[in-house]
Amino acid sequence: MSAFDRDAERQRMLSRRTLVLGGLKGAAVSALVARLYYLQIVESDRYTTLAEDNRISLRLIAPPRGQILDRFGVPLAVNEQNFSVVLVSERAGDVQQILDEVGRLVPLTEADERRIQRDIQRSRVFTPITLKENLTWDQVSAVEVNLPDLPGVSIDVGQVRSYPFGEALAHVLGYVGAPNEKDVQGVSDPLLSLPGFRIGKGGVERQFDQALRGTAGNRQLEVNAVGRVIRELSRENGQPGRQTVLTLDAKLQHYMHQRLSAEESGAAVVIDVNTGGVQGLCSTPSFDPNQFAMGIGYDAYQALLNDERTPLINKAIAGQYPPGSTFKMMTALAALESGIVNAEHRVFCSGHMELGSHRFHCWRRGGHGTMDMVGALMHSCDVYFYDLAQRIGMDRIADMARRFGLGSRVGLELPGERPGLIPDPQWKRTTLKKPWHPGETLIASMGQGYVLSTPLQLAVMTARLASGRAVQPHLAKSIEGEFQEQTEWPLIGVKPENLATVLKGMNGVSNVPGGTGYKSRITVPGMELAGKSGSAQVRRISMAERSSGVRKNEDLPWRERDHALFVAYAPVHAPKYACAVFVEHGGSGGATAAPIARDILLECQMLDAARHSVAQQPQAAAPAGSMGQGTPSTTVPVSGNE
Amino acid sequence: MMSLDISADNGTMTIGEKLGQISWSLIFLITLVASIGFAMLYSAANGNIDPWASRQMMRFGVGLAMMIVIALVDIRVWMKLSYPLYGIVLVLLIGVDLFGNVGKGAQRWIDLGFVQLQPSEMMKVTLVMVLARYFHGATLEDTGRIPFLFVPLALVVAPVGLVLAQPNLGTSLMLILASGSMFFLSGVRLWKFGLVIGAVLIAVPLSWQFLLHDYQRDRVETFLDPDSDPLGTGYHITQSKIAFGSGGLTGKGFLQGTQSHLNFLPEKQTDFIFTMLAEEFGLVGGLVFLFLYCLLLLYGFVIASRCRHQYGRLLVLGLTVNLFLYLFINVAMIMGLIPVVGVPLPLISYGGTATLAVMVGFGLILSAHVHRDVRMSRRGLGDL
Repeated sequence: MSAFDRDAERQRMLSRRTLVLGGLKGAAVSALVARLYYLQIVESDRYTTLAEDNRISLRLIAPPRGQILDRFGVPLAVNEQNFSVVLVSERAGDVQQILDEVGRLVPLTEADERRIQRDIQRSRVFTPITLKENLTWDQVSAVEVNLPDLPGVSIDVGQVRSYPFGEALAHVLGYVGAPNEKDVQGVSDPLLSLPGFRIGKGGVERQFDQALRGTAGNRQLEVNAVGRVIRELSRENGQPGRQTVLTLDAKLQHYMHQRLSAEESGAAVVIDVNTGGVQGLCSTPSFDPNQFAMGIGYDAYQALLNDERTPLINKAIAGQYPPGSTFKMMTALAALESGIVNAEHRVFCSGHMELGSHRFHCWRRGGHGTMDMVGALMHSCDVYFYDLAQRIGMDRIADMARRFGLGSRVGLELPGERPGLIPDPQWKRTTLKKPWHPGETLIASMGQGYVLSTPLQLAVMTARLASGRAVQPHLAKSIEGEFQEQTEWPLIGVKPENLATVLKGMNGVSNVPGGTGYKSRITVPGMELAGKSGSAQVRRISMAERSSGVRKNEDLPWRERDHALFVAYAPVHAPKYACAVFVEHGGSGGATAAPIARDILLECQMLDAARHSVAQQPQAAAPAGSMGQGTPSTTVPVSGNE
Repeated sequence: MMSLDISADNGTMTIGEKLGQISWSLIFLITLVASIGFAMLYSAANGNIDPWASRQMMRFGVGLAMMIVIALVDIRVWMKLSYPLYGIVLVLLIGVDLFGNVGKGAQRWIDLGFVQLQPSEMMKVTLVMVLARYFHGATLEDTGRIPFLFVPLALVVAPVGLVLAQPNLGTSLMLILASGSMFFLSGVRLWKFGLVIGAVLIAVPLSWQFLLHDYQRDRVETFLDPDSDPLGTGYHITQSKIAFGSGGLTGKGFLQGTQSHLNFLPEKQTDFIFTMLAEEFGLVGGLVFLFLYCLLLLYGFVIASRCRHQYGRLLVLGLTVNLFLYLFINVAMIMGLIPVVGVPLPLISYGGTATLAVMVGFGLILSAHVHRDVRMSRRGLGDL
């Protein structure tokens, strides 16, 4: 083979193999094109979505929580600005130097500095780090003035729930706190996962949480791979929380809290007799809800939790106590309605009454002598009501009590209300598996034994007595655009003359010399109250003790003293306010609770009178102002010579 | 006598004639492709010419000058220099293995103060040169003899071993594939390739166990299941695929790529620059770019076929294979077709040595074109 042939052969081989190689390359490039097509056409939608997910970060905007106002528009729960000083470390340069300088304006503890350093370590350089929260005004202005020398430092304005009335409304309003696991479970509201978001934790804040909370807005932000915000793409503002107006009167509430705080522990409720709107509801001792909104410390919380006077419990709705003699109106009314007795029914009180082998005592050891119904109420004669009870039986009494709101939750819009208890033979059989003793009817007739009620229930009972209507208590007067209170209530269905007899008895208590509440009557003409006292025993008085002389309340330890109660309404001629006062272990109702009830009812009416006189003046001025303007639709300006 | 023949129509061309012979259309095409690269680097810097585009343009200018100078030098000079250049680069490779700077988990650079030298990139050119030189005089009988293949095998194994030791899987792979093509083009029998491939198949599990570094093993494993490690190595490929896919048919527009500009795309100025191009210009832009690159490859084939000496043909085809390998490995990698191997896209990706090496390669291709008709002896070195 010649060199030329060899060369030609080699070149043919080269050409062949070049073609093969070219073919392989072509196939490979086709694979690239196919892949490109697959990614950019076939899978394009999916990847476009993923790219948008990468790029766009949704941030929630927490809506401002709805305000809570009293019936006159006084703010009870508001959002206050909460200033904190924050640092963006990437702009700070020398972080330690900046911290030292900030520390001169706002004291930073060593623990603060440790936390700050840790936060800086953990966060991206562009994330604001909180240096100190809850700055005072002085601190805010000090930092503001020095901002030019503090690169990276700024003042951040947050919101914190504030309760201007503090303790006085703690039980009604509740407070806000961070949602716990139970709150979050099964709830889809994205706001709950927002750091720093607070929800209602008690009282009205919890009851109307959904309305107060509002709905989340959101911002669409473009972010880069490390989460830095590049720009805002869109913003959708949420729905701010709804303003909630309560039936409460803040001034009255404040007064009630002050007045009741004179005693160690108790509760008081004032209801509008006609509408059922709760004008005031307080429980003492109380706590400062602002502490909770800011985040209460462990020790402070434990102290509240372990206090014997139970400051965390709203005794007005969750405290169940024997109503004592305030229950006698129910017994009286049940007796009258039964037709078995009438108002003229007379009983001789010798100080006690025998039933079977038991002797039932009247609170007055010497007895009251002969009593009719009005007199029995006025003097709170136990023996008279033993007699009634014996005649009509427990079922009638229980039925009447239930019609007046006792023995079951009245349904006020507050969490934690308790039902109390109105016992009857069937209840005892099914619950305690024991037969009802006739003597228990006697005990129940004066609100002792198994009978339990809450101060709220007693106020409702009083309001229903005073109005003759099945008044339903409520707290919400209006919730912005969603709810208006109901103010018309059906008649309770008791014969007016029977009701009148009972009310006459209550009038006697307060306004007739010798009545158990006479000392605590209202002497301002036209504002008189009618009421009923009650002192509920919390321990059994043994025979031995009775014979050796009953110890006085003042000699007993606090926990063993009687509960003092007083229910009343005013003014007596045209009832407007019903009030129930309960003083835990306060001793005698007439001596301890009645003055408080009197003061509260007087304050109600005085406040009304003051408002009325203030309202008179602008009303007098209004017509003069509106006269020159003619009809509102007229837009022609008033000419000079007119 | 033969030497006389050669001298008959050898390097008698003047510089002017040579300039006339240079394929200016190829240079235009190269410049066009490089300009696309400048535009992408401009976009990668969020619409800034600094820091990447400007420096890349400078390098390209230097490269262009080098390319033309190389093109004007007689191909026989390059043939003559094949062994010495190979030897120098091999020494440099040993140098980086011993003293090289550490970058990206691999020893690759020699810092000469003014430029960081990447001998492995230069080896891609010199290995093709030296193999073309070796096979230049080989008849098919020669290549049929196994002992004849020992020398070129040694020429391949030495640099591949050194590059693997750096460790640089991508470049080793390219060296092996390019050399393999050279063996193939030179007429080495297919069954011998079969033998080698069989041996590799046996060696792979062993090297997996004993030779590969952890990060290399990770890369292969991530390739096999990219979702297993979405925020680690697989994150890059996942984000790259998202960028491709979200580009769609026509792309998001110049400077509008979100994946790249918001930094979801890693290394967008180097290995992932084609991703960025496809995100901003879509399938249309990607295809146009691939077409231009394929035109470059086609130029290689045409020039090789018009070459009248084996050295030139082998050299041009080898360099073309190199270019193709850059393109394929890079693009297939960023589209998730093959494991992540750090191979840039020459002329487009930001980076000095790869661009320079490719332009030196084009210089040689152009030289082979200008001197396509020179006569060379079978033994190689005719006089000039």
